[in-house]
Amino acid sequence: MSDAGVIIIGAGHGGGTAAALLRQYGWQGPIRLIGEEPLAPYQRPPLSKAWLKGEADEEALILKPESFYAEAGIELMTGARVAAIEPAAKTVRLESSEAFAYDHLIIATGAKPRRLNIPGADLEGALTLRSAADAETLKAHLGPGKRIAVVGGGYIGLEVAASARYLGSEATVIEKEPRILARVACRTLSDFFTHYHQERGVVFEVSADVTAFEGAVGKVAGVRLGDGQLIPCDVVLVGVGAPPDDQLAVRAGLPCDGGIVVDLEARTADPAIFAIGDVTRRPMPHYGCMFRLESVANALEQARHAAGAITGRPAPAPEVTWNWSDQYDLKYQFAGLPVDIDEVLVRGDPAQAKFAVFHLKGGVIQAVEAVNAPAEFMGGRLLIGQRKPVDLARLADVSVSMKEVAA
Amino acid sequence: MTKITYIEFNGAEHVIDVKPGLSVMEGAVKNNIPGIDADCGGACACATCHVYVQEPWLDKTGEKSAMEESMLDFAENVQDNSRLSCQIKVSGELEGLVVKMPESQH
Repeated sequence: MSDAGVIIIGAGHGGGTAAALLRQYGWQGPIRLIGEEPLAPYQRPPLSKAWLKGEADEEALILKPESFYAEAGIELMTGARVAAIEPAAKTVRLESSEAFAYDHLIIATGAKPRRLNIPGADLEGALTLRSAADAETLKAHLGPGKRIAVVGGGYIGLEVAASARYLGSEATVIEKEPRILARVACRTLSDFFTHYHQERGVVFEVSADVTAFEGAVGKVAGVRLGDGQLIPCDVVLVGVGAPPDDQLAVRAGLPCDGGIVVDLEARTADPAIFAIGDVTRRPMPHYGCMFRLESVANALEQARHAAGAITGRPAPAPEVTWNWSDQYDLKYQFAGLPVDIDEVLVRGDPAQAKFAVFHLKGGVIQAVEAVNAPAEFMGGRLLIGQRKPVDLARLADVSVSMKEVAA
Repeated sequence: MTKITYIEFNGAEHVIDVKPGLSVMEGAVKNNIPGIDADCGGACACATCHVYVQEPWLDKTGEKSAMEESMLDFAENVQDNSRLSCQIKVSGELEGLVVKMPESQH
């Protein structure tokens, strides 16, 4: 072991947390945290929710004050881009051509929003949302009398549509599949969210291809659909997924398969290199498969894996993956992965906007999707982790509490 | 500033000045106090900021919402004085507040 210490590439929620955890876990060597953005690590989830609506300020976004990093002996380099990882030399080279040696490297580069390869994609006002700077630009285009076209009916798109309505904008969501949330939620949830948004003034165009963004004087003014229809708008938000930002790892020769392949310690094929968060493809111990998760909960779990492995802590028990979304007054929480499902069970009443959908395999809960139903979410998450069959009649019966179901 | 004492499960004490308006969770996270994970960042979505509020402050931290109550129901080692620290807003009234952390948030 040299005295080179730990380098973390990517100063997002995962990278920033890994740095802080290393100190909590007693790591005394150098820590260098390198991020492309001008800001210290901050939370991204509020950018489409509370922050966009004006209910959270920058201080609430920032994970820790900038002074923390100096006090904790963490060398935070913002606005710095890494050009290459050189595993044989255990060196990270920046675009500025500065180079730093490491004993342990953590790659936490996250994901980059997918852009559409269509005419007009580069027009001013054709936006994506990942960073605080993106959110700032988007917010300037929202308000009474303004119109937003959202391309992609996933979580980001729906959260932005909800926030845009809250701010007084007109909102149209354009989805290429026959239903919104097609990739990530079941039909019951898609139908529920469609109606909830429609009642609040959002217009949906489903099974709709986007062929071009059309503009006037370089600025976007409309979205052209495959059937020839033009959706007029003042701004477009493209939310059609975010592939892993794994190019540094690919070029360094680390195995990647739609994300950097890691084990349950968040270690890559190179024992000195870890990867955490949205950029990884990881084992799913409850399901016996590999998966790329895109969530804060996953980034933080893997930050604990990497920081724990580097400081010689025993590996923590595997967590059940989960995530959440806030839209209007809805708290949507979901856990697990709906793989190999042979039974789908609804508990509660979608018409009351308080219900949960359980996905089961052989009587064992694989996944739960809960709307305004925190007990169903928490109980479901617990049961997913336990891997034992549940009594379906009791699970479907709202007069039996989730605590009793889980007992 | 409001003085808050955070006590880890192993007994380690951290006395911190927290700005009123922040939550008790944010006071811990922004100062890198171990034992409060706060995965969801304060959205009351995860129950990983569980604390035990010590007397005489329990009443002063206010009522639990139905949401918080449901989340806490499934946290580990819940007691009568359990709260989610993201749901406790820091004010002058909480000067001297003492919270203890459970063994684990996961």
